Amino acid sequence: MTTFMLSDTTAGKISAQFTHLRHQMGAPAIGMVLTLVVVCEERHQYDALRAATEAAREHPSRIIVLITREPDEAIRLDAELRIGENTPGEVVVLRLYGELAHHADSVVSPLLLPDTPVVVWWPGVAPEVPSKDPIGALAQRRITDAKGFDGGGVQSLVTRAKGYARGDTDLSWARLTPWRSLLAAAFDQPVGKVRKGVVEAAAGHPSAPLLAAWLSERLGATVKVTDSDGPGLTAVRLQTSDGELAVVRADARLATLCRPGQPDRNVALARRTTSELMSEELRRLDSDEIYEAAVKRFARTYKG
Amino acid sequence: MTDPAAPMEEAVTVAAAVAGTATTIEAAEANPLRDPRDKRLPRVAGPCVMVLFGVTGDLAKRKLLPAIYDLGNRGLLPPGFSLVGFARRDWKDQDFAQLTHDAVKAHARTPFREEVWKQLLEGIHFVPGEFSDEGAFDALAMALNEIDQTRGTGGNYAFYLSVPPKFFPVVVEQLKRTGLSDAPEGSWRRVVIEKPFGHDLQSAHELNEITTSAFPESSIFRIDHYLGKETVQNIMALRFANNLYEPIWNRGFVDHVQITMAEDIGIGGRAGYYDGIGAARDVIQNHLLQLLALVAMEDPTSFDASALRREKEKVLRAVRLPSDLKAYTARGQYSAGWQGGQKVVGYLQEDGISPESTTETYAAIKLEIANRRWAGVPFYLRTGKRLGRRVTEVAVVFQRAPHLPFSKTDTEILGQNALVVRVQPDEGITVRFGSKVPGTAMEVRDVSMDFAYGESFLESSPEAYERLLLDVMIGDPPLFPHQREVELSWTILDPIEEFWTTQGQPEPYESGSWGPQSADAMMARDGRVWRRL
Repeated sequence: MTTFMLSDTTAGKISAQFTHLRHQMGAPAIGMVLTLVVVCEERHQYDALRAATEAAREHPSRIIVLITREPDEAIRLDAELRIGENTPGEVVVLRLYGELAHHADSVVSPLLLPDTPVVVWWPGVAPEVPSKDPIGALAQRRITDAKGFDGGGVQSLVTRAKGYARGDTDLSWARLTPWRSLLAAAFDQPVGKVRKGVVEAAAGHPSAPLLAAWLSERLGATVKVTDSDGPGLTAVRLQTSDGELAVVRADARLATLCRPGQPDRNVALARRTTSELMSEELRRLDSDEIYEAAVKRFARTYKG
Repeated sequence: MTDPAAPMEEAVTVAAAVAGTATTIEAAEANPLRDPRDKRLPRVAGPCVMVLFGVTGDLAKRKLLPAIYDLGNRGLLPPGFSLVGFARRDWKDQDFAQLTHDAVKAHARTPFREEVWKQLLEGIHFVPGEFSDEGAFDALAMALNEIDQTRGTGGNYAFYLSVPPKFFPVVVEQLKRTGLSDAPEGSWRRVVIEKPFGHDLQSAHELNEITTSAFPESSIFRIDHYLGKETVQNIMALRFANNLYEPIWNRGFVDHVQITMAEDIGIGGRAGYYDGIGAARDVIQNHLLQLLALVAMEDPTSFDASALRREKEKVLRAVRLPSDLKAYTARGQYSAGWQGGQKVVGYLQEDGISPESTTETYAAIKLEIANRRWAGVPFYLRTGKRLGRRVTEVAVVFQRAPHLPFSKTDTEILGQNALVVRVQPDEGITVRFGSKVPGTAMEVRDVSMDFAYGESFLESSPEAYERLLLDVMIGDPPLFPHQREVELSWTILDPIEEFWTTQGQPEPYESGSWGPQSADAMMARDGRVWRRL
């Protein structure tokens, strides 16, 4: 691994340094398929970058981490370049000081890989309308994370729905994929008409109302959210004309599928790491219409 | 409801209703939670049981059992999925579970997770017995019936025959006798068989008679694991999703095609199987001719099984053998030598091989395809054991530029452009083209441009067997060769094998080299050379 620090620099110098490092090391940067811009605070930097580099093993990327620092200081751009660190791609961590913080796009856009998709990820707090954000506007795909809003995760989904544009997506939606896949598999066998249902989850878990909204939208029945002790999602119970269909998971690893007239069965349903979620996000870069429908339905019914 | 059989029957019918259709458009219509636009939801198989014959074999331990675990780890196995082992061992369920556990730990591609293992373990069963033992198969039928009741698998069974072909007749007969091969209304029964699919046209035909006597053709899945490989499927993406290559993919631009599968290992412990079969039957008949079909076929109207198979059949039917088989085929047998720094014995000195064996361990043939696209373009196929390096690739070599506006000396070392699909290892695509050598002179030489899966999509690319097992459970046949393709391949190979039996001992080649002299001479006759691998 090679790390290179550039202090008080410019995008041009960073590009030149990348080219130089690549020539020096042979050619480790072939075959990168996208640019991933991670916009975060200093305290999220380590975890976010780790998840991004792990995801980059599946999707070789140039990863640009963008951290805005003290806006009162003098204007300065510091960069940290890393090549060959657990990733087939390249990493650059940018720290923006002073007024430059408001013009981050001027630094990022010359560093994007030409003619390949751009993805922006906000692991923490995201702008109200991601597609109108100067950095968000550079990307085809904009990934937010309601969980990054700490207590305000559920509320942030309303903001997401209001500011939705094609290409927006949220990691709290990606967290649901194994649940949705299992529920869809359960519905591959006829289950009768669903009358109502409930999603049980730890209080304030933003994925729970999204799952409830998706189920309501698809099944045409009211699905409510109730609190449980967690961790995460703990159960989905649907009342059908044949009886109760339930997926129950108490330990965040193994779930039980119960359906009327059939034996209970265990299914692995582990919570996934952020890097796995990011890998899933980067697999398809077209807009997610099912997420759009779910988040908008949630916002319509939300009374908070 | 006092009838104890009732709940089970209900389970059978509901599970069965979905079995044939999981994740198709029809399923999406029947299932409100599915939507073709919802691309995050993976293809998941419907409830079913996989019955594995030959669980103690190498393939089961190294590939099949780990692949089943990996499917579970990716969340692609249905709830209630059960795995039944059948073998001539005095074992209980837990012994088979232990074998599976060890195989998974040693060979699975995804990390070992306790909860996934727990899910799999619940569905593991073992039935001991000989293939000739009627009682054992009755016990199997009873066990499966019970699994349907306790696990809700709905009478959907896939029988994987990971056993030598000589056992096929007896196993298939037993499945027929016990009624396991007949799917009740609304459920499915499928049988999976591995190569070799016979050793010539006649035997392939007989083998097929046996399987089709119990299972309809649509329920027979012939595994050629090469077709499950990402790179092989990518040949179709490369050809039919791009506009860049198709215009030059014909006799107007292509000079010739080389399809190679080289192995660095010897026959290892497979003497009993390999002797008398040889390289051509073992590799050319299935893997290489399938690769040829994918490279040379016309574009299918869609990627469903019938459209794809139709195009593959058409091109296999158009294959022509050289009129002079002596000049345009070559075969060899490895002799003692040094391979990759190790001293190794020759084929005739291997354990279990007769010192007079005339089995070839290297085979090369030249084929032509008689259609408008390919007339006059030779396809050279070669395979061998104990060659310099392990590599499988398809190289499309293009004609030289019709006119070079450079002086002759400047382009002296410029070769022909080539597009190489590297199948294994180091999966990817290479394009070779001429580029100017830096400096003041206008000198042009070959360079290559690489696309490597290792870098771009490695992590998610599943093992070939994972993909194929999932396809069996879903009932999706495009990646499995049809019996007609198998028979067409034998039609191509049989005359060559017949000719070779008249030729005595194959030409020896030194272990670790790139095959016998006659193979190089065969290329030289056409003014060409094999690619150095």
